[in-house]
Amino acid sequence: MTSLPLTLTINGHRHELEVDPRVTLLDLLRERLELTGTKKGCDRGQCGACTVLVDGKRINSCLALAVSHDGAKVLTIEGVSHGEDLHPVQAAFIAHDGFQCGFCTPGQIMSTLGLIAEAQAGDDPERIREGMSGNLCRCAAYGGIVEAVLEAQEQLAKADRRTAA
Amino acid sequence: MKNFDYIRPTTIPDALAAAAEPGSAYLAGGTNLLDLMKGGVTSPDRVVDISRLPELNRIERLADGGLRIGALVRNADLAHDPEFARSYPAVAEALLSGASAQLRNAATVGGNLLQRTRCSYFYDTASACNKREPGAGCDALGGENRLHAVLGWSDACIATHPSDFCVPLVALDAVVEIEGKKGRRHVTLEEFHRLPGQTPQRENGLEPGDLIVGVRLPAEAASFSANARYLKVRERTSYAFAVVSAAAALVVEGGKIRQARLALGGVAAKPWRARSAEAVLLGADADETSFVRAADAALADASPSGDNAFKIELTRRIVVRALMSALAGTPGRLPALPASPFSSIPGVRHDA
Amino acid sequence: MTLELSLNQQPAHLRQGSSIGQPLTRRDGFLKVTGAARYAADNHPPGMLYAVLAVSSIARGRVALLDVEAAKAHAGVVEVMTPENRPPLATDPDAKNNPFMFRLDLLQNDHIRYPNQTIAVVIAETLEAATEGAALLSPRYEAQPARVGLDGAESFVPGGVGIGSPAVHHKGDVEAGLKSAATRIEATYETPAQYHNAMEPHAIVAAWDGDSLSIDTPSQGLAMAQGRIAGLFGIAPENIHIRSPFLGGGFGSKGMISGPQVLGILAARLVGRPVKLVLRREQMYGPVGHRAPTRQTLRMGMDSEGRLTAIGHHARTASSTFDDFFEPAADASHTLYASPAIATSHEAVRLDTGTPLFMRAPGEATGSIALESAIDEAAAACGMDPLEFRQRNYAEVEPMTGKPFSSKALRECYTQASERFGWQRRPLQPRQMPDKDGFLTGWGIGTATFPAIMFQAEARAVLRADGSGLMETGAQDMGQGAWTAFAQIAADGLGLDIDQVDFRAGSSDLPNAGIAGGSGHTATAGMAIHNAGAAVITRLADLATRHEASPLFGAGNEGVLARGGRLYRRDDESRSESYGEILARAGLAEIDGRGTGTPDSASREAYAMHAHGAVFAEVKVDPDFGQIRVTRLVGAFAAGRVINPRLVRSQYYGGMIWGVSFALHEEAVTDRRSGRIQNANLAEYHIPVNADVPSVAALLVHEDDPYVNALGIKGVGEIGITGTAGAVANAVWHATGVRPRRFPIRIEDLLG
Repeated sequence: MTSLPLTLTINGHRHELEVDPRVTLLDLLRERLELTGTKKGCDRGQCGACTVLVDGKRINSCLALAVSHDGAKVLTIEGVSHGEDLHPVQAAFIAHDGFQCGFCTPGQIMSTLGLIAEAQAGDDPERIREGMSGNLCRCAAYGGIVEAVLEAQEQLAKADRRTAA
Repeated sequence: MKNFDYIRPTTIPDALAAAAEPGSAYLAGGTNLLDLMKGGVTSPDRVVDISRLPELNRIERLADGGLRIGALVRNADLAHDPEFARSYPAVAEALLSGASAQLRNAATVGGNLLQRTRCSYFYDTASACNKREPGAGCDALGGENRLHAVLGWSDACIATHPSDFCVPLVALDAVVEIEGKKGRRHVTLEEFHRLPGQTPQRENGLEPGDLIVGVRLPAEAASFSANARYLKVRERTSYAFAVVSAAAALVVEGGKIRQARLALGGVAAKPWRARSAEAVLLGADADETSFVRAADAALADASPSGDNAFKIELTRRIVVRALMSALAGTPGRLPALPASPFSSIPGVRHDA
Repeated sequence: MTLELSLNQQPAHLRQGSSIGQPLTRRDGFLKVTGAARYAADNHPPGMLYAVLAVSSIARGRVALLDVEAAKAHAGVVEVMTPENRPPLATDPDAKNNPFMFRLDLLQNDHIRYPNQTIAVVIAETLEAATEGAALLSPRYEAQPARVGLDGAESFVPGGVGIGSPAVHHKGDVEAGLKSAATRIEATYETPAQYHNAMEPHAIVAAWDGDSLSIDTPSQGLAMAQGRIAGLFGIAPENIHIRSPFLGGGFGSKGMISGPQVLGILAARLVGRPVKLVLRREQMYGPVGHRAPTRQTLRMGMDSEGRLTAIGHHARTASSTFDDFFEPAADASHTLYASPAIATSHEAVRLDTGTPLFMRAPGEATGSIALESAIDEAAAACGMDPLEFRQRNYAEVEPMTGKPFSSKALRECYTQASERFGWQRRPLQPRQMPDKDGFLTGWGIGTATFPAIMFQAEARAVLRADGSGLMETGAQDMGQGAWTAFAQIAADGLGLDIDQVDFRAGSSDLPNAGIAGGSGHTATAGMAIHNAGAAVITRLADLATRHEASPLFGAGNEGVLARGGRLYRRDDESRSESYGEILARAGLAEIDGRGTGTPDSASREAYAMHAHGAVFAEVKVDPDFGQIRVTRLVGAFAAGRVINPRLVRSQYYGGMIWGVSFALHEEAVTDRRSGRIQNANLAEYHIPVNADVPSVAALLVHEDDPYVNALGIKGVGEIGITGTAGAVANAVWHATGVRPRRFPIRIEDLLG
């Protein structure tokens, strides 16, 4: 099997790669680029642990062939914070105990970023619950997750207002 | 998965040429194809990636008042297109009740039409499945089949079609645009999906190499926008396939039904247009009595294919409720829990 | 931040200003929200290969043929491990010396005894090649008929259930009690096979260096895993280093080292390179345990005032054909409701499945949903409010043994949770609460209980001349919050601020912290930490009080206080000295002390020790479709000392949602002919999603327990699932008038 060339911008860094076409975006991140924050829970689009943003949209990276996303911009959990400065979503997950074992957490956080960008849920907790239902949490930290989303949105909106002012 | 050739054509003709070889599969969003490949259910020799084809990713208003949706428009983009959601609210609701936000961001319109069944015996390659391996037999018969078909099934296959999106589409007379060796052709969605008969492997009207390039909604489809709902019974509140579902759309004048559309999901190998029920509704009083009669008509030919007799009664009830909901009027905003019976419960805060 | 030392030692938590009791956020939070927390499968040592399991698609028989050549011919495949070439083991994986030693499938022969049993391991340069190599093996089988379902085989009375509990128990005369009763009920409930489905699939990265073995793998019991692996490979336990800093959930499935994990070690042995092996989701339905199905029959008699005269609880369950784990479901009736006569019994069948295992509240969860449903049926039969009925039959002493409880604040749980919930407005009869949207609304209650178990643990404490401290114990964090709660206990034990304490855990080269299971980890390892802290402070105090130059000289008999990194004279707090000064004078860079956590057998002989709780559930049921949503859950729990209320609440939430899942969602669907699980995935094996649980509240009820251990800790990890499952089922009855008798409750059961 010949490898195919692939260029991806991941967390702002450009990667020129050669990959087996069978490799999923998830396995590329985890097994070849040492970006292991993105997790594999089911590998079949049924749990959301592998959620990343591709060109700004949340998708299941397990059901994405890496080669099919040639040229894309990918954001993973490793690219969300800057050093010790947590993104408001990350800080809110800690503050509201929106996780226990932490395995689904990168996917939950990436999904939250996607959800906020989609701007469909607003501050309606029911819409947030529905919008976050593609991310299973077996520890069932769902209540904390919803609270974290609400608070993070509020913080981000405040920051936006400050910027605007 | 096995090794495959990966080809990314840049034009539709190139795509058709690339896929002309036996053993080819088109890749768009990949949400179903990759799942099938990982499970060993499908093993293409050649994957033709059409996800970048230009011109398939647009939503266009047609001169005749209809709408053309490119095959590569993502489910989420379509559902969140404000004008689309206003004109075809039941379709938007169905889209948003399917899968998860992540999957809807990847899954495409064309791919949704080609979703394979969730029958566990189809997925379990150690089981006999006529769909996966013609002539092998059907282990779903006599197996764990409480969620299997109650309409249009055969002794060769009792699987159901899993799509939500297709249910209101078929109700609204959607047409599939197909590009093939002999050029472009149009097939109604109702005719596009096939019942299993003795050839359950033939799920639709595509010939090898054919490519779905778009879906059209006729002008008339938008006339139901004030009274159209999609309703879906599930075994968890979200991120679950339908046990049964129904799309209902009405045009009501002076208490009489002037036009009626009804389609069912989760009951057959195809999204099920309930024309006999529509005939009952046409001209009838817009009330529960008519809807019950319509439900009886819709399910007149239903029969259990296994431990699933309850689905017949459940479908009868969802028909009535979907029609009642449609009659009550399309909500001003899509409910927080799209298509859910619980969509009317207001949201509360955790630990409230 | 204080530790007092005297003969009648006042535990640190009884004073103000301690870390214990503080709602700290998770100390591992930063790592977890940035993706930096390293789970087993995130490791990638140089030269690592990928191993993928090929598993059986039949339930019973043997492997007749494997196309090893085809797999090896696939580009990237390095080796295929089968019974032919599997490296030798020092012990037979089918040997069993104790009930915690489970038989493993390690390619010891070509026999197949359950679906998804490993039949080969393919090792390759890439994950993709190993995965395809496994598919290319195209096994042929000689199959025998599968034994499936609770009626699928002859039943027998097992020698014991759970871990060493007799299968049959009784006190008083149940038949006489039933005969004398004014009202009787009898009901049979079925619960399905369930699978743990932690979000993190079992994974291992194994690397050999001669006879030394380095492993990254999730483990709820590092020392036990180390011992098991040592026995299998015939090497010394200290030659095995297991790192398990974070488990992506365990719930019992990572309590014992599983077959696939050992196969990863064998694969690394075979190829002489590090190997990573991660189970695919569908492969978790077999070799890593499950909750066995049960069919339980409850019989109850009540006198004219609604007092129980007898409880009979019989459970039929299943184990594998080759090993023993019998879900102790009926034992749930031993501890909760007062009755002059109680009889519990178990029978079992052997099926062609993987061996069942502990799954969050093993026995308690299955038994609780049946018991709480039956209690509700009994209350209804007596025309009584189900809360009042439970209070009427409140057990002042442990019903089966007659022992007093070491503490039991269940009454307070009933009061607080029912008030918060608004229970007093509940109509007695079902179907009386339609809401404005037309849904049937129902309210249900369940009592929660879980034993306060302790195992054995050790810890080592160090005080350093720079004034900082170190606490070491091989504790395991699977999400319950070990990194945080133990650091809090350590800080108090060392008399230091938590930021001055370096806490190390999650590695087998640290002192044995016992098992993170049975809701006993915090109590057990917590006591070891507490005692290790006391030991090192005692040494420090000794250095100070015996040295003339110390302001504490001669204070030995009066005792000293340890607080904020200083020792103070108990009788004169103006005289104190910092840890650093004491160590510097003694010329010591550091001193250490060791402690153990162990159950106190005398108090355990004298007292029954259990956590308790009360859970109230509101459900809405669509009257036409039977679709159910749990719209509100309120639980109140009393489980002794709370180390960290934030984390404890999260444990309760999680447990309660597991209860919802038990009542409404989870079920492995097995084909009756093949024995294969048809929904071995996360799309059709349903666990709740975010939208399933809109509102959950957990109230922490104060409870002092002077007997359970010096810290007064019970355990919180499992109790939430008990009570809740029954509360949801009872709420469904209250909404619909239909009494659920099989779980999960299905739409067709409610269609009428």
